[in-house]
Amino acid sequence: MKNTIRFGAIAAAGALALAACSSAPEEEPTSSATGGTETEAPAESVDYKACMVSDQGGFDDASFNQSAYEGLQRAAAELGVEVAEAESTAESDYGPNLDAQVAAGCDLIITVGFLLGDATATAAAANPDTHFAIVDFGYDEPIENIKPMFFETDEAAFLAGYAAASASGTGTIGTFGGINIPTVSIFMDGFLAGANYYNEQKGGDVTVLGWDGAEGSFSGDFEDQTQGQNITQGFLDQGADIVMPVAGPVGLGAASAIQADGNSWLVGVDSDWTQSAPDYADIVFTSVLKQISNAVFDTIEASMAEFTNDPYVGTLENGGVGVADFAEGTVSDEVVTELETIAAAIMNGEIEPSTAG
Amino acid sequence: MSDRKKKSGKPGGTPGPEGVDAPDAGEAHEDSASASASRTDASAVDSTAPEPEGAGGNAESAAVEEAPKSQTVLREILESSTLVVIMAIVASLAIGGILIVFADEQVREAATYFFARPGDTFSAMGDALGSAYSAIFQGAVLNFNADTFAGMIRPFTQTLTMATPLIFAGLGLGIGFRAGLFNIGAQGQLLIGATLGAYVGFAWHLPWGIHLIVAILGCALGGAIWGFIPGFLKARTGAHEVIVTIMLNYIALNLVAWLLTLEAFQREGSDNPITPIVDETAQYPLLLGSGFNLHWGFVLALACAWGVWWLMERSTLGFELRAVGANPHAARTAGMNVSKGYILVMVIAGALAGLAGSAQVLGTEKVLTTATAGSLGFDAITVALLGRSRPVGTIMAAILFGGLRAAGPTLQVQAGLPVDIVFVIQALIVLFIAAPPLVRSIFRLPAPAHEKEVAA
Repeated sequence: MKNTIRFGAIAAAGALALAACSSAPEEEPTSSATGGTETEAPAESVDYKACMVSDQGGFDDASFNQSAYEGLQRAAAELGVEVAEAESTAESDYGPNLDAQVAAGCDLIITVGFLLGDATATAAAANPDTHFAIVDFGYDEPIENIKPMFFETDEAAFLAGYAAASASGTGTIGTFGGINIPTVSIFMDGFLAGANYYNEQKGGDVTVLGWDGAEGSFSGDFEDQTQGQNITQGFLDQGADIVMPVAGPVGLGAASAIQADGNSWLVGVDSDWTQSAPDYADIVFTSVLKQISNAVFDTIEASMAEFTNDPYVGTLENGGVGVADFAEGTVSDEVVTELETIAAAIMNGEIEPSTAG
Repeated sequence: MSDRKKKSGKPGGTPGPEGVDAPDAGEAHEDSASASASRTDASAVDSTAPEPEGAGGNAESAAVEEAPKSQTVLREILESSTLVVIMAIVASLAIGGILIVFADEQVREAATYFFARPGDTFSAMGDALGSAYSAIFQGAVLNFNADTFAGMIRPFTQTLTMATPLIFAGLGLGIGFRAGLFNIGAQGQLLIGATLGAYVGFAWHLPWGIHLIVAILGCALGGAIWGFIPGFLKARTGAHEVIVTIMLNYIALNLVAWLLTLEAFQREGSDNPITPIVDETAQYPLLLGSGFNLHWGFVLALACAWGVWWLMERSTLGFELRAVGANPHAARTAGMNVSKGYILVMVIAGALAGLAGSAQVLGTEKVLTTATAGSLGFDAITVALLGRSRPVGTIMAAILFGGLRAAGPTLQVQAGLPVDIVFVIQALIVLFIAAPPLVRSIFRLPAPAHEKEVAA
């Protein structure tokens, strides 16, 4: 007994000593004066509070929660707005998180994902003076104080599909998703339609594995990278040489399979993967960009002046979606010109970038 | 013991000097060869000394029993698992405090110039701890800042709301633990129960009252079916329930994910995997009016707790289940049907987990998604263990966890701390509960049981 206590005391003292040591070296590089002024003079602050509630994925999901959160952080840094965030860990957190943010005096509350659709509508009805915005979800009936934000990612994926079809050496490309939900399958729709359009225009015979417009390959979640690796390996074995994983971090599994193969390419989604997954930068064919972060930032900035419940729709036209630069030497100048024409046609509605119908 | 006391009682009659007693004590020492025994003996001798002659025998032994009895009561309190549990919670909150201090931005900022102005660091630490613990208190118990009484007590009702599914599922798991079944399947049972209940809730349109009852029964039935499978496999084939229930969790999740891709489970004009909202007739009525989320599911949970208590403590079946848990071979030899016991336990546990699902789909969430179960099924395991598998303990543990969950939003929004702190505290509680000697040594509580030399 006494020995235990003695040991405990020594351990505690040791821990304290270590803690003191660890704070000491930090003190030397940063001069104490700057440390002091930094705390006293925060960034220019304005009287506006923007808040955000994540869905179950949390703000570190390497997917849309994270993108949205980056937009919020940017608003804090550049616009000087006060921010608060609440991570949901279960469905039953949505309502309480929203209530807590309303109570904390948030002017604009941004919720992320369709799962929060009901909770946001309920909170909006109960608090008509607070403004809300929701990422990746729209309501059938517009709600006075909710601004829906969604993205026509099929427009950008269409371009990626067309380019991939033109660049494929084997005539086979593939795509798979995390879970079969609209925000995922819309990428696959566009990719498939783009490839089909290429076949139509050029009389090609490029096959798309993993998606037929209704059914396809899904890894089952947004976590299991091994699963992504297996699916991708399956595609590669069937002759695919360009694969687009629409599954958040699961795509990293796909990337490792492609890198091991050495002779194929990856299409990133959401962000530019040459930036977000630099380890795989040399196998990224292009990325289908979904600029949630920009949309969140713009929405906060616009709402500070005047809030409207007009939906924000990210398109090729307003830059809410887009494609990143193609890997060098994969796409001919001719195709690049064609893509520009196609993009223009999508913007003015001549091309419907989805396979529906 | 009593033998020896009588021995020392005899010489006590002669109001002799210590010398007379001494050899006797020495004898006792030799007898027992243990220091503790001699000490008790010596005190017994002391107490007999002033005793008048004749009265010796009875009165003296009564006195001797009296004195340790009050000590035993105290010791029992100190040794009781309840105190260990409470101290485990205190220790967890304290360690949580350390994390809170380091998670706080202001503290970290101030710590960079700690040696220039240490006061800043300490005041930042104080602020961080103060705001964190007051956020936990305001989020889970009472909100002093509210203008109205309703606003003040709202956090506690929220705690009870969050606790409701944990009570249900924890009760079911507790029955399993006492019957010797380590059921990990509450998650899947909850999900299947919620699916069936939600389907009844949004697809059928029944009159008020009946609809709710049918939906609740649907939840219980769904869970019971999902509990029956591992129970049956265990009873018939000896398949281990841990593995079977874990696998069934995956099957349940993927089954629900698939069901949610079907038109029948989706909203009209939407492809999102989320069901329509269940009819109002199938929702638990609110217990305290529209200002609070607390619903009648909580009352049903308390009723179930009473039912489980009665089942386990008062009924023959409960006795049999406990006997099976204590020693299945002995139970079988005594003529009990062990297979039936396993199946029944899993069916009841499944039904209760299904009711936990009802607290979600018919109570707070009103829709079914793949996220409906959250981590409830696993939290419930902790709750049941923390509550020592007893109904009252389970309720208390569920309220504690419900409170921590309810504090999450205020902790994040008001104190600006990551919600993970809550999970760390939960995990620490489990860690400490699992290691009672650790808690006892931290708080210098006496060790339980037989070794009584601690006091002195």
